[in-house]
Amino acid sequence: MYNFDVEMPGSVADAVSAMGREEAQALGGGQTLIPTLKQRLASPSVLVSLSKISEMKGVCTGEDGALCIGGATVHAAVAKDGFAGLAGLASRIGDPAVRARGTIGGSLANNDPSACYPAAALGCGATIVTNSREIAADDYFQGMFDTALEEGEIITEVRFPVPEVSRYEKFVQPASRFALVGVFVARFSEGVRVAVTGASEDGVFRWAEAEAALSQAFSENAVDGLSVPADGMISDLHGSAAYRAHLVGVMTKRAVANAA
Amino acid sequence: MPKDGGIGASSKRREDVRFLTGEGNYTDDINIRGQAHVFFLRSDVAHGALKGVDTSDAAGMPGVIRIFTGADFEAVGGMPCGWQVTDKHGQPMQEPRHPILAHEKVRHVGEPIAAVVAETLEQARDAAEAISVDIDELPAVVDMKAAVASDDVKVHDDLTSNLCYDWGFVEENKAATDAAFEKAAHVTTLELVNNRLVANPMEPRVAVGDYARGTDDHTLYTTSQNPHVIRLLMGAFVLGIPEHKLRVVAPDVGGGFGTKIFHYQEEAFVTFAAKACNRPVKWTSSRSEAFMSDAHGRDHVTKIELALDAQNNFTAVRTETFANMGAYLSTFAPSVPTWLHGTLMAGNYKTPLVYVNVKAVFTNTVPVDAYRGAGRPEATFQLERVIDKAARELNVDPVELRRQNFIREFPYATPVAVEYDTGDYDATMDKVLEISDREGFAARRAESEAKGKLRGFGINCFIEACGIAPSNLVGQLGARAGLYESATVRVNATGGLVVMTGSHSHGQGHETAFPQVVAEMIGIDESMIEVVHGDTATAPMGMGTYGSRSIAVGGSAMVRATEKIIAKAKKIASHLLEASEGDIELKDGAFSVAGTDKSVAWGDVTLAAYVPHNYPLEDIEPGLEETAFYDPSNFTYPAGAYSCEVEVDPATGEVTIERFASADDFGNVINPMIVEGQVHGGIAQGIGQALLENCAYDENGQLLSASYMDYTMPRADNLPPMDHYVVDHSCQTPCTHNPLGVKGCGEAGAIGSPPTVINAIIDALQSGGHKVDHIDMPATPSRVWSAIHG
Ligand SMILES: Cc1cc2nc3c(=O)[nH]c(=O)nc-3n(C[C@H](O)[C@H](O)[C@H](O)COP(=O)(O)OP(=O)(O)OC[C@H]3O[C@@H](n4cnc5c(N)ncnc54)[C@H](O)[C@@H]3O)c2cc1C
Repeated sequence: MYNFDVEMPGSVADAVSAMGREEAQALGGGQTLIPTLKQRLASPSVLVSLSKISEMKGVCTGEDGALCIGGATVHAAVAKDGFAGLAGLASRIGDPAVRARGTIGGSLANNDPSACYPAAALGCGATIVTNSREIAADDYFQGMFDTALEEGEIITEVRFPVPEVSRYEKFVQPASRFALVGVFVARFSEGVRVAVTGASEDGVFRWAEAEAALSQAFSENAVDGLSVPADGMISDLHGSAAYRAHLVGVMTKRAVANAA
Repeated sequence: MPKDGGIGASSKRREDVRFLTGEGNYTDDINIRGQAHVFFLRSDVAHGALKGVDTSDAAGMPGVIRIFTGADFEAVGGMPCGWQVTDKHGQPMQEPRHPILAHEKVRHVGEPIAAVVAETLEQARDAAEAISVDIDELPAVVDMKAAVASDDVKVHDDLTSNLCYDWGFVEENKAATDAAFEKAAHVTTLELVNNRLVANPMEPRVAVGDYARGTDDHTLYTTSQNPHVIRLLMGAFVLGIPEHKLRVVAPDVGGGFGTKIFHYQEEAFVTFAAKACNRPVKWTSSRSEAFMSDAHGRDHVTKIELALDAQNNFTAVRTETFANMGAYLSTFAPSVPTWLHGTLMAGNYKTPLVYVNVKAVFTNTVPVDAYRGAGRPEATFQLERVIDKAARELNVDPVELRRQNFIREFPYATPVAVEYDTGDYDATMDKVLEISDREGFAARRAESEAKGKLRGFGINCFIEACGIAPSNLVGQLGARAGLYESATVRVNATGGLVVMTGSHSHGQGHETAFPQVVAEMIGIDESMIEVVHGDTATAPMGMGTYGSRSIAVGGSAMVRATEKIIAKAKKIASHLLEASEGDIELKDGAFSVAGTDKSVAWGDVTLAAYVPHNYPLEDIEPGLEETAFYDPSNFTYPAGAYSCEVEVDPATGEVTIERFASADDFGNVINPMIVEGQVHGGIAQGIGQALLENCAYDENGQLLSASYMDYTMPRADNLPPMDHYVVDHSCQTPCTHNPLGVKGCGEAGAIGSPPTVINAIIDALQSGGHKVDHIDMPATPSRVWSAIHG
């Protein structure tokens, strides 16, 4: 680790001004950032901790019926208070220690191609709310570790339209237990959304073909015969592109079968 | 009735009190006044010419005490290799120089290039970033067959090739073995990989060097399985410090699994630097450093052939193995693919002819050396996989094929130079079939199939040579050390006693089990006995702990020393009781005169030894302290049969272990609970190897599995559910040549389990109509899925 200062603002406004300091970086639960600092792969001069900002924490239902989750809400809280698919997802992130500290804002800001939350946000068509604007999930994710966030922008809240039924199926990468392939399926009255994480070199994506088929008939069989191309899928120590492409189909079916 | 003390009792591990309450004293807990810290700048390329290391900017940075480079060690010996293998032409192996800090060339990612000693670790690290290293990167060689096939990339320019040795065993049997293959009714051939592993003890390596200028005494605190061996190797061969001026302490050590046997550069460095800087110098490995600097394990590529006659008797076994040495020879690396591997290729079977060829190869990777089982898991994996394949090809029951070929007469001289003293392979096979409920397998398979899963049953036998080893024998085989063990038993005046053993406990539970033996011999309570180990200043010269040797060799030394104590105590008792020595009996902690009710307690005798007022001073010395060195006359041969049931999800290739059973013959058992714990741990590591763990390099010699993000350690949920996980050691054929009749249990689980798991997976896949003969370890979901889908 290199040396740095720490700021502990109590409000979003104070956090925004602290983020104005040179080489400032937001600190959520630190589950990704702290190991990065320890390895000296990042060298912020100020860490702006978001964990003391109560307006950024907690889960509630908004006027439009959406589930509103503060940007600094930890995974354990979402595992308790989220709707079925989202709670299931949060309850399988990492281990109890990670879930007690890691936050939804941190996960979405980081946009690890193997992370779980991006699948839920895209799969539900969530809105990412920041200190300055609202961003639709469809516009937010821009490739591996890349998002629409501007320098210094803070995710203050994430608003999830609540689906009729939903499910996240995660096939774990054996070592990290992040998603080798994770599929979030959500059924809304206006149609079904399917988002896939872990698989693509471009990060989380929607599987349009499966969405169309499942919107027609929400059953496992609807996915039969559909496949995503192996082209552009990640290939590494833990699985080839073809294997990942295959798992997208298997996990989608399982998500449909287990949706609640 | 379970005993509540002594041999055979499941006494609770007394060391756990301090381990579980944070009171352990590990090397990293040792902080000496005035201590400085070292950070090693390590190579990030696998192969390159080291043109220059410019430390000028770094040297002036805050807190920097001194920066060392390869040039500082030119007058110092290289890292020694403790075993010389002679090749099939009678020539010694090629032995490259192994510098403490890289000199002229770097040969693997992680090789230390420079060492910064500074007031704090962060300062040392800051300065290391300011060092500029000029390396001309060279193509790397990672694949063993490529390394042997061509000299285009040579790891060591001054050697004739990348081949360390080409070993044939037994060379005199080669022609007869080949002839047996000509005549065979059936030959089964299998090519397989024994995957490279990283040992990953919970505690990474740590070394603290200390130097007392006033007395010229050196002390090294280090995470070692064998402090005396380090003292000898480092003192005599590297730094030139006589042993009486060098103390090596290995305090509490948090797991070793073999990788803490070896002498490492960092140990020599801190000892050297402590004197050069006149400051204590500490190094604590990060987990990332551990991945690229701890000796790795396994990494063999083998072709094995099994010849059978028309009645399915094994007539010959022939193998060709490529064994990765990495970039340099780690301390015992050459012995692992040869004497710890070739000698086990007969397995539990009476195959009359065996020929083993091993080509040890240098590559641009971290050195490879012994890891739990060392050579024996590799031997077992090949043999038991090829037997399983033969059974399938011949359409016979894999259990019956094994049984038909079992050795049943003991002692049995194998065609690969060892003599099994005792064993009963039918007994362990019967036991494992019983405890695994093989009868019920068909019904369980049907249940799995109803869920769309495939279920397989795998069986496996193994034998290992443990309790290493007779010194005169290993000397002939190339060991540059003896392999006896030592113990001093020091009885105190009030009857309590201390055992100072040359064995080293780094999780095994010696502090509990060793006293059980002495308590049984004398008839006193275990709590009166304390075990001291891990410090060359207190324990007699010993060889340490590896190869499942502690109770078999170290325990035997302790028995011999205790026998001397008892013999002397009887003399004292006979004086106190005014009886003849021959009539004195020791029972339940009291000496009595046979056939009378006259007796003296153990404590009266020990007190007399130190307060010799009424004492036969003209015949015997006061005091009660004895030392014994024990050199075994043979290896011990633990053996067993394991079974495993897996479920395979054909949609994803995921494998789960549903049931596991082991029937081990460890001879006599001192503490059943500790033995079961050792087997559980060994099986966890074996399952790790079979399903999860894989140390992988890319073709440029970059380590792909350099952290827990990519290197899969077994977790609790990868292991079989406890209600279907039976570990049995009731089949006991006691070792015939050591005083306790013990064989050793530390490695069995890691040796016996990998082929069991793979055999079960193949059985499952075949049951689903998938013509899969073999899957290389680790059988990850992706590999299993690929095997299913051709
Ligand atoms: C052992 C382990 C297992 C894990 N397993 C999983 C898993 O299975 N699935 C999974 O999805 N994740 C997993 N994670 C990651 C975990 O979910 C992290 O918590 C998450 O990725 C980052 O969240 P954080 O709050 O810890 O963010 P931090 O580490 O604090 O920050 C991460 C990045 O986000 C930025 N940031 C943080 N908060 C905000 C905000 N509100 N607005 C804008 N930027 C912000 C930071 O500046 C930094 O760049 C695992 C982590 C660990 C250590």
